[in-house]
Amino acid sequence: MSVVTRRHEELHETIEDELPDAILDFDEHHNAPAVVANPSRVDDVVRILKQNGYNHLSSVSAVEYDNRYESVYHLRRITDDREDFDEINVVAPADPDEPAVETVSDVFKGANWHEREAYDLMGIRYDNHPDMRRILLPETWKGHPLRDEYDVDQPQYTTLEAHANPIEERYEVENDAALDTMFLNIGPHHPATHGVLHLKTVLDGEVVVDVDPDIGYLHRCEEYLCERLDYKYQIMPYPDRWDYVSAGMLNEMAYARCIEDLAEIDVPEYAQVIRVLAQELSRIAAHMLAVGTFALDIYGELNVIFMYAFKDREIVQEMLEDLSGQRLMFNYLRLGGVAYDLPEPRDEWFGKIRGFLDDLPGKMDEYRSLLEGNELLRKRAEGTGILEPETAKEYGCTGPVLRGSGVGYDVREVDPYGYYDELDWDVVTYDGCDNLSRVLVRLGEVEESARLVEQCVDILESWDGDREIQSRVPRSITPPAETENYTAVEGAKGELGIHIVSDGTEKPHRFKIRSPCFSNLAVFSELAEGEYLADMIATLGSLDLVFGEVDR
Amino acid sequence: MLDKSKTPISERREGDVDPRMNSKLREMFGSIPIVTTTFDKVMNWARASSMFPFQFGIACCSIEMMHAVAIKHDMDRFGAGVYRNSPRQADLMIVPGTINAKLAPRVKRLYDQIPEPKFVVSMGSCTISGGPFQEGYNVVKGLETFAPVDIHVPGCPPRPEALLYGVMKMQEKVKRGESSPVTVKPYEIRELQDWSRDEVAEFFEDELEPDTLVMNYTHSPELSGSADVEDGVNETTPATEGEG
Repeated sequence: MSVVTRRHEELHETIEDELPDAILDFDEHHNAPAVVANPSRVDDVVRILKQNGYNHLSSVSAVEYDNRYESVYHLRRITDDREDFDEINVVAPADPDEPAVETVSDVFKGANWHEREAYDLMGIRYDNHPDMRRILLPETWKGHPLRDEYDVDQPQYTTLEAHANPIEERYEVENDAALDTMFLNIGPHHPATHGVLHLKTVLDGEVVVDVDPDIGYLHRCEEYLCERLDYKYQIMPYPDRWDYVSAGMLNEMAYARCIEDLAEIDVPEYAQVIRVLAQELSRIAAHMLAVGTFALDIYGELNVIFMYAFKDREIVQEMLEDLSGQRLMFNYLRLGGVAYDLPEPRDEWFGKIRGFLDDLPGKMDEYRSLLEGNELLRKRAEGTGILEPETAKEYGCTGPVLRGSGVGYDVREVDPYGYYDELDWDVVTYDGCDNLSRVLVRLGEVEESARLVEQCVDILESWDGDREIQSRVPRSITPPAETENYTAVEGAKGELGIHIVSDGTEKPHRFKIRSPCFSNLAVFSELAEGEYLADMIATLGSLDLVFGEVDR
Repeated sequence: MLDKSKTPISERREGDVDPRMNSKLREMFGSIPIVTTTFDKVMNWARASSMFPFQFGIACCSIEMMHAVAIKHDMDRFGAGVYRNSPRQADLMIVPGTINAKLAPRVKRLYDQIPEPKFVVSMGSCTISGGPFQEGYNVVKGLETFAPVDIHVPGCPPRPEALLYGVMKMQEKVKRGESSPVTVKPYEIRELQDWSRDEVAEFFEDELEPDTLVMNYTHSPELSGSADVEDGVNETTPATEGEG
């Protein structure tokens, strides 16, 4: 930590020297130091921090207070080196009547969508933002729902309009048929969009010249609801429904980590091992679906890879069901531990897991030969959807999407939590930067997860100590007032972060979810433009989007 | 080859049938196997035995829907496994997931695009009442607020077995020729100029073209039957009445 502390002191001086009028104050958040910046100069502060190595903008979170609105920027350093990992927050307080903050989307392109979301839900206007529209709610929505004053009972209208070609004027050249473009709506109901995504696509022949993802068709007010529920039991079922592709355990861990950190709750070692076991089983199931549906996008019909992937998912889901009692929405983690001990008879359950792990190498060979050994798939997936590492960092991509571009950023590795530090595993990276690499990263991670599961089973089988599944937790959890915390875990899709602002009651004042899919989708137009339409569908599949998490 | 002139009529069988296609059952029906039944029965039996569900994944429930179709549960065993991507080719709409204000007009339009006769199985708590997200500001409180539903499958999410049971119940209903209930439809897609003027319509008057399709959406159930939708409330719809 000394390296980090020294760096913070140096940064302090650098910022004060270079931007004396941009800084209002220095603050301390629970996770990292915070710089309180002048809202009209916040882009300069973020730019200096970026030059000093904070190259990843995790999230932009808008918070309402009695006398001001704040937008909080969570910055991180993406490096392979754990010693070098560090985070810092930038806070931009804004006027309560006419909240306006200078945009940072010219520093980090990924901030574009995050700021649009903050505008949509909290009504903070970002000056000089290139595209200040609503993102999750329909354009005709009245009011900003996360504000206290918002009236949920007011009538609303939603429209069903024909969409205009957004770049028609740019391409309008008289008597030039060669530059004629076609506007194509893909979705919100389309089998290749993996849910309810709407792509406003402009085609020149078969080449995509412009694509604008339109999201919000599955916006279910998760943040709004979590702010009205208490920490101890009521919030926990909701994380399961963010990334609903069996990755519930990972999402629950994201919430558990943030609040346990903030309220200083200990987790017994035995429960930590069970948590890792449950999370990695979840990750296997989630990646299996990603691989299966990617093949579905490429081949277009129910095919053998999809069926094999679902067969294996069924096995994993059965084990998770034995553990938690549910197939998909586990609600298994509790603050300070887990809900139940392992299912009895334990040996039978361990035998089930070991049987699956024994079969897995053979199955992985089969998947690899079906994916890598297939000429058709290679032609479609190799060299398409190129995502350069620099672009990926610019947009805040994480997870297999970033690791498919050769950047080994894994929250489990650089910012370890739970029991991961005690176990032996590797970060999987491929540097192909294309669709195939992203899928191969997922296959590799299934194997790494299997390694982790095996180690956990070994530990649990030979466990002779006290089987304490939950520590003593106070009846009501009230973190100290005016504290805030941002922590992240490695979800199935990437860095899944939670930003909780506490006001001293047993319900959060602000509950912000930093969804990895949201940032991964933001980069999509960069990947798709200039590609063939069919390759765009393959690219969409390789990003592995889940709309419960994109829209929340 | 039977020599028809020499075989007594009691043993003579209608047409030359491929021995592979012949069966004890066929022989049971007598010399000239004819079954008499009503046209409706045959049609309903055919409809129920080959339902074409509409592939429309919305949320968490769609994962369990995929499991119901995939290996192990294999919905195709019950004659309802060929998912169609276009509403125009489908007759069974399974609605798996939360519907919000932005999606609702699209779901309604897709429902309207399915040719008659059409049947709706709503999957999960969200399509019953909004489920765990009922308190949300933009969540529609159930599919039944704007489209008629034949079968509700409760659960969050329902297991694949539950969905299979729901679809089989749907098939039973279709086989018996029962038409779906007619529901009140407070949410209706109409042109903006059709709405009787209230403050909301006036608010949008400047922003939208008069022929823009709009859908009224209100959060609370008391308001959903308010003045601007009064002529939609009493309207009965022949939406899913079968032909037979």
